[in-house]
Parts: sequence; structure tokens; C-alpha cells
Amino acid sequence: MSSQAEAVQEFHPRVHDALENPQIRSNFRKAMDGLMTKRSAAFDDWDLEALRDLGAAVRLRALSRLPELLEELEANLQKQGVKVHWAETGDQACEIVRDICHARAAKKVIKGKSMVSEEMELNHYLEEAGIEALESDLGEYLVQLAEETPSHIIMPAIHKNTDEISELMHAKTGTNRSKDVDYLTASARQQLREKFMQADVGVSGVNFAVAETGTLCLVENEGNGRLTTTTPSCHIAVTGIEKVVEKLEDVTPLLALLTRSATGQHITTYFNMISSPRKAEEKDGPEEVHLVLVDSGRSKIYQDEELLDTLRCIRCGACMNHCPVYTRVGGHAYGTTYPGPIGKILMPHLLGLEKTQDLLSASTLCGACGEVCPVKIPIPKLLQRLRKEAVDGDSLRPSVVAGHGIKRRKLELLAWKGWALMHARPGLYRFSTRWMARLRGLMPGKLGGWTDYRTPPRLAGKTLQQQLQERQQQKTGGQS
Amino acid sequence: MSDAIKIYPSKPEKVYFYATCLVDMFYPDAGMAGIQLLEREGIEVIFPEHQTCCGQPAYSSGFNDQAREVILPQLKMFPEDYPIVVPSGSCGGMMRQHYPELFAGTPQQSQAEAVAKRTWELTDFLLQVCQIKLEDKGQPIKVAMHTSCSARREMGVAEVGPKLLGQLDQVELVEQARPAECCGFGGTFAVRHAEISGAMVQDKAEAIRDAGAEHFVTTDCGCLMNIAGYAEKQKMPMQGQHILSFLWERLQAEGKAPENAGGGQ
Repeated sequence: MSSQAEAVQEFHPRVHDALENPQIRSNFRKAMDGLMTKRSAAFDDWDLEALRDLGAAVRLRALSRLPELLEELEANLQKQGVKVHWAETGDQACEIVRDICHARAAKKVIKGKSMVSEEMELNHYLEEAGIEALESDLGEYLVQLAEETPSHIIMPAIHKNTDEISELMHAKTGTNRSKDVDYLTASARQQLREKFMQADVGVSGVNFAVAETGTLCLVENEGNGRLTTTTPSCHIAVTGIEKVVEKLEDVTPLLALLTRSATGQHITTYFNMISSPRKAEEKDGPEEVHLVLVDSGRSKIYQDEELLDTLRCIRCGACMNHCPVYTRVGGHAYGTTYPGPIGKILMPHLLGLEKTQDLLSASTLCGACGEVCPVKIPIPKLLQRLRKEAVDGDSLRPSVVAGHGIKRRKLELLAWKGWALMHARPGLYRFSTRWMARLRGLMPGKLGGWTDYRTPPRLAGKTLQQQLQERQQQKTGGQS
Repeated sequence: MSDAIKIYPSKPEKVYFYATCLVDMFYPDAGMAGIQLLEREGIEVIFPEHQTCCGQPAYSSGFNDQAREVILPQLKMFPEDYPIVVPSGSCGGMMRQHYPELFAGTPQQSQAEAVAKRTWELTDFLLQVCQIKLEDKGQPIKVAMHTSCSARREMGVAEVGPKLLGQLDQVELVEQARPAECCGFGGTFAVRHAEISGAMVQDKAEAIRDAGAEHFVTTDCGCLMNIAGYAEKQKMPMQGQHILSFLWERLQAEGKAPENAGGGQ
């Protein structure tokens, strides 16, 4: 986690670099505009509010029984021949994957898309253990070629345009430079196809884990997920403990919401349902299937009634697609596995408030994220809650998140106390505002970052309260 | 964000007017226009003289204790059961959505809930409760509208401004790109993250300019200060105004400013 933690602390310089980079600005703007349009069209003929209510209800019902459902999932998967592992931390999860690889003398791992494996920094870990891990999702593959991290949870290479991708593939794989997306895709496909055949182990994520039937659902478009989970002789699925749902029928509304919210698709090209290793009469499929359930701070979130809503997330990315801040600075500026609004409310639990404090204030609380969230996570409210925790700002409700109080700085506290002193005393407020109006000519022409972009605010010559008082006097004075 | 269905009251005889600190100090013309629009509807406007600030700046920075300290005296200013009207979606949203959360489990819980329930964004109140009818006496003009995020999402009034402007014969409401996108104000955000805020307000001001608007109106003084301040610094040829100031001016014969207008612009 160390590289990630350091990255978060450089938030401001990263923002500066992103804003100064016209290519980043235009790549994200165009991509996010497109995704917003597609999402909105995909829900055209749906009662979106009713569907979101249903999605939220399904997730809440699952979370309300999370411990039992996880046990039910484990029991059913074991019955069907899937080995289930529990990891308290990302590092433990990495060790489990490594040990499975070692036990099979596996040297080559092919990976489907998995944000939890990004969170664990699994590739890095396996490399150090002498195991090659190759990403097979096209976006992840490009990001890996570029030695970067994903800039979006659904579209990892969204920060790159076609020219940049062409140049990257040319430099790293010798592919001819081309502006033809189909050509570039076909070239990547060819290179990856061989790797699937050579891989000893396939690692994938999970979108929904169904407790009642012991089914791991995987949503994807490229077919790499199916190849990852069927071609190698061993499949390891890694996922966060919150991904469990109660029944198979719960998947229907969540899937409808996920694909439409994420990419504006009515359905993805592939939807995989995995419930066991290859059976005796079956011709393909892995001999071994493992599920690694990763906690990594999630059970702590689970203990708080309000913060619990964070765990509803189905990782569609709609919140970042609609976020005016994410659209401007892109995913890398955040320096976290999950960027954008969901990252701001999730990462503090995974990394602590100390390392994520600058992310909390980087929002206007405009509410666009909460408005589009398919499972109605009150993202602005949770962000507000974390801001409060960061400054220990509420003596009635003690803070609980790790690293709370980290932003409670004497000078700022003093400023708010002064502000409260003036605004909690109407007489003092009237006195001060009238004097400010009178002395408005003395207002400074420069006000921090505000006047870098704007003229300074101008106080009126007389406050509204003064004007109303004079108006009243005129009226009672019989002038009208 | 706001899931609650709004149940509008019938048109009352009296309302409480909660001006907000930004209107009081920076845009008193918007407050005066709002009061006169209400009086034109035959409503008596009560201005509780002890009002200061809704508490939002501290609340959105996480300083709930200081927010509560400021809100406590505000809660006591509305003893009668009259609607409380606010010329701001942002402060209105604070009162309607966040007061109940902030005071939950405290002795002031029911008072906070009562205030929340009676709080209305002023343009919404004029349109839905007063069923206001506007006759335009101004010259033809092209106007863009920026509904603040809190007016749009917390108070649910995105349709209100365009409907009011639609009543004005000489006003052409022009369509801007991404009308629902935030202008980048966000209170202390504009200072703490000045560069991101600067990028956002640039896009908003350019969208308004590119829509061909000579004039833009907003529901909130924060957005107004932000967008107009940017446009002025960049010498963009457009003027901004609070929608209430604009509406009031359009009702007057040419050239007549709101009563007592004090140079907020």
C-alpha cells in the first residue's frame, strides 16, 4: 500500500499537473460527456427511480444479513467444490493467491479485470514472488504496458486517446502505428490469445456472489473474463466481502442497473456465472476454483450504521462519470485505487483519514454523484460525515474512522469559533456587517485563490437589514 | 438527494423572509426584489431581525458544533406557523435537508424539523404557492439560467426558473451546454481547491457565453459571485444577476431599479 499512500498525499501537485495538461482535460471531458449521454439514453424506457429503489433495497437487504450470507455462500461453494479463503488484509489476500500458485508450480497468471486485485496491488506482489501476472482486459492491458494504474474503475485506460494508445503499443509490442481502433484491438487480442493458452492460473474479480446458489457472477464485454476463468487449469476469484447478494433473482435488477449506469449498455456481451470447477462429464473449465474473500477495512465500515451505505456500491463508475471534479482532473490525480466520489468515501476507510484528507474537501457537494448512483448511496452525505470525522467537528457524535481529527488544526478551529461568535450573536453580526459595508473600500483586491480567477466579491454599500430598517422608518414616517 | 415529495401550502397571508448572509451583505437588491415580489402577491413579509447565517459554511467544512451554535438562535426566530422563504437554494437546502440531521436526538429536534418542513426556496414559492403572473416591461434580451446544484438537487426546483422566465415575453432563454453541471463555487472549495474551481467556473462561464447570452441569472448568490466574478475578470461581455432582481426589474417600467437598491452589483 505504501506507493498508493504516498501518491494520495501529493494530491494538489497532481491536480495542478492534470489541469495544465490539455490532453488529459480533453480526453476526460469527451469520454465523460459520452458516458453521461449513453447512460441517460439507456434508461430512457425505464422507471429509473423505481429501479434504483429496488437496487438499493436489494443491496441493503444483503448488507443487513452480511455475516450469515457470507457463511451461506462459503458453505454452498464448498459443497460445489470451490475452495473459499478469507483474507483480513490485502497482503493476506496476495499471500493466498501466491500460495495457490506455488502449490500448482504456476509461473504464469492471466488476469481478468478486478479492482480488488488493484487494491491489493496483486501484480506487483506476484512479480516479486517470481510469478508473471498479465492483464487481459484491454484497458488494464494498456495500463500495464504503460506501467501505470487505472484512471477509472470501469475504463482503466480512459485517460488515453487512440494516438497515445497506438504509440504505446508500437513502443512496447511493436504493433504498427494506426488510428484504426479495430486494428489496434485485433492486434492486442492476438497477443493476448497466446498468453491465455500458456497461463497456469486465471485470476478474476466478481461482480455479484449469490449466497443461496453459490454462484459467482462476472460481467464483461471482451470475453477475456470467460477465457480467464475457463482456459487455465486453475481459477482464482478475488472479491470484497460486500459483493454478496442473497438470491439469484437479486442479480436481475443489479445487473440492469450496473451495465446501464456504467457504459449505457442494456446488457454486456458476456455474463459469466461460475459455481464449480469442471465436472467429470464436462469438456472444459478449470480443475480448481478458489474464491478469496477480502475484508481490507470493509468490516469496520460495516460496524457503523451510516457509513455502512458505502458498501452498497456495485462499482459502476457512474459517480465519477458525472463528477465535475473527476472530469477536470482525471483518475490519477486522486492517487487511489478507486478515484472520484466513491473513492473519496471509500478510500479513507482503506487507507485512513490521514492519507486521504485532501480528497475530502475536493468536492463542491454538488450532488451529481448521489443523483445517478444506481443503488442510491448518499455520497455527499457520507463525504460530509468524513469531513466531520477529519476535524472531530461534532462533540455530540464522536468520530470513529481511523485517523479522525487529523485535520483539526488550531488556526482553522479558531477561525470557525470566531465565525460562530459573530453569527450566533445577532447584535454583533449587525454591528460588524454594517461596519464592513461602510469600510468596503478597504477590502483587499487579492483574496487567495479566489482572485486568481475572479474579481473580488463586492460588499454592498448598505446591508439588506439596513435598507429594510430605513424603508420601515420611511413608512412609519408617513412618506408613503 | 431529496426524495421527499413536496407538499406545497396554500397561499398564506404572511411569510418569514430569511435573507441569508450573502444576500444581506453582497446582494441586498436580490433580497429587496424578493420581498417586493412577495408583497406584490399581497403577502405580508416578516423579516426576523435577529437573522444572521444558516450555518452552512461551518457545516460543510465538518464543524458541526459551530454550525449548531449559529443555528440555535435562528431556530427560535420563526415562532408562528408561517412558511419560511429563502432567496437561495443552497441555504434553503441547508435548512430543509440538513437541520433535521444536525439536531437529531437533541432537545431542538422537533424545532429543527418544523423549520425544515416550512422552508421554501423563494422562486419555487412564487411559482407554485403564489402562482405568480409576470408581465414583461423590459426590452428584448437573451438570458441564460444557472440553477444552483442545491436548488436543483436539494430543493428540486430545476424547472422553476425557466418557467418564470418563460412568462416574460421579451426574454429569450438560451440553452447552454451541460446546464446541470456545477459552476465550481462550493463555498470554501473555491479557496481550498482554487485550481479545480477555476477550471469549473471557466467552463460554466464559457458555456453561458457560447449560448449567446448577454445576461445570466442564478438562484444563488454563491454561483452568481463565482460566475460573474470570473466573467468580469476575463472581460467577457455578459452580466449576471440573481433571478429575483432580474424578475423584479422586468416588472418595472424601463430603467427603474428596485426600491432602495444598494450597489451589490
